Amino acid sequence: MSEEIKLLKGNEAIAHAAIRSGADGYFGYPITPQSEILETLMAEMPWETTGMVVLQAESEVAAINMVYGGAATGKRVMTSSSSPGISLKLEGISYLAGADLPCLIVNVMRGGPGLGTIQPSQADYFQTVKGGGHGDYRLITLAPSSVQEMADFVTLGFDLAFKYSNPVMILADGIVGQMMEKVTLPPYQKRRTEEELRKECPWASQGKPADRKPNVITSLELDPAVMEENNNRFQAKYKKIEENEVRYEEFMCDDAEYLLVAFGSSARICQKVVELAREEGIKLGLLRPITLWPFPTQAIATYADKVKGMLSVELNAGQMVEDIRLAVNGKIKVEHYGRLGGIIFTPDEILQALKDKIINA
Amino acid sequence: MKEEIIIAGFGGQGVLSMGKILAYSGLMEGKEVTWMPSYGPEQRGGTANVTVILSDAPISSPILNQYDIAIVLNQPSLEKFVGKVKPGGILIYDGYGINTPVTRTDIQVYRVDAMDAATEMKNEKAFNMIVLGGLLKIVPMVKLENVLLGLKKSLPERHHKLIPMNEAAIKKGMEIIQKV
Repeated sequence: MSEEIKLLKGNEAIAHAAIRSGADGYFGYPITPQSEILETLMAEMPWETTGMVVLQAESEVAAINMVYGGAATGKRVMTSSSSPGISLKLEGISYLAGADLPCLIVNVMRGGPGLGTIQPSQADYFQTVKGGGHGDYRLITLAPSSVQEMADFVTLGFDLAFKYSNPVMILADGIVGQMMEKVTLPPYQKRRTEEELRKECPWASQGKPADRKPNVITSLELDPAVMEENNNRFQAKYKKIEENEVRYEEFMCDDAEYLLVAFGSSARICQKVVELAREEGIKLGLLRPITLWPFPTQAIATYADKVKGMLSVELNAGQMVEDIRLAVNGKIKVEHYGRLGGIIFTPDEILQALKDKIINA
Repeated sequence: MKEEIIIAGFGGQGVLSMGKILAYSGLMEGKEVTWMPSYGPEQRGGTANVTVILSDAPISSPILNQYDIAIVLNQPSLEKFVGKVKPGGILIYDGYGINTPVTRTDIQVYRVDAMDAATEMKNEKAFNMIVLGGLLKIVPMVKLENVLLGLKKSLPERHHKLIPMNEAAIKKGMEIIQKV
């Protein structure tokens, strides 16, 4: 057995992957069900090995603004929280997006609204992919459905953040955060040296050498003509991301007559639903969006010509279903099934919903 | 091979750690493993449960309707999970915590008096390992040597001196489990 294979909670996997991916800093504030991220980082003490800073801030708002400061100097920095804590961070997230800053944000969702419950939920889909904070911005959003992906998406998230100079969100939930699975951790990647950082991030605010103008990091622009130009630049960037970074996975879709669409841990539960349905002779497939933004619109549109109906299975009252309906554009029936407030659906409940809402409707 | 297991009892009985040791043992055998706890206020004096899945193939849902094996260590857990054992499946209970008989006839029921044995061994902390021993006697899904390796892997080094005691508890459980 390789030493690198471990049995970890999803939250622990994120912490280990952050250290290994050459992160420079983590700033956070504890909240269930994601506190193991901060706890694991504190226990690992990476400041003594890689030099990574780990800091428990005085609040979520402080943590996201520390991320802003770190990102402005070109550092690989991250934060994590759960739903109510992410709401607190949204002003900072909008500022990060408005200043073209790369960073990684993790949301291990719990049931809301309000302070809600500590049990798993996926009710922050709208908040994450439709804005949340103010202004026309987008977050590259990765939805892990296994502990392995919790680890893998840290490195991927940082890489995408720096490739596009944009914040990246890992949108997980209490199931994938709390469960333990086998995970192969990424190899150690050294933190960038100051020289490498200046080369990769010529825009970073690192102290001005004599031969260039000062780098100014701000989301403030009082001249609307310039602000419109800034927005056009954001939109051009978002278009490029939509063209290049859509990720999704298909499970038993080849001969499917019906399709489940689900992300994160719901997609794991739906794999079992596909197995159960196939035992009954129902040709069911599963499409799992891995990036929630950019959304796999084209892939879903293609299935609208192949299957009789789709069921969007989400731990919320029906959010992603709107994006599926936009992609399908009225060609076939698209319905939603969800449980709310921290209750998790079982595979047989979902299969029954598929029969009631799609197959026999 | 695939075993879908629920272990349920009071918070503090070692339900989650028993599941963890089983998961580590599976890992040692190169199996796919998923350990999904109930978490939150349930753990403060209420019932705690954990789903453990060991499989040769990749595991789909960590949330299940039905289980191959249910290990129930108190009355509320019996009531919650007896109906969720697959027909032909296995239910294991500790006689100390259960006061109503199991009426289902389409499952195999086993009793392991782990609380009594732990008291006899003057080591109440060995309780969950006695139950684990009982389980492994009925369904030898992982080898004892891999359980011990799993213990070594999951316990901090300063607790490695406790491994022989755990081994004795597992063997005790293997001896005392009986079909009902």
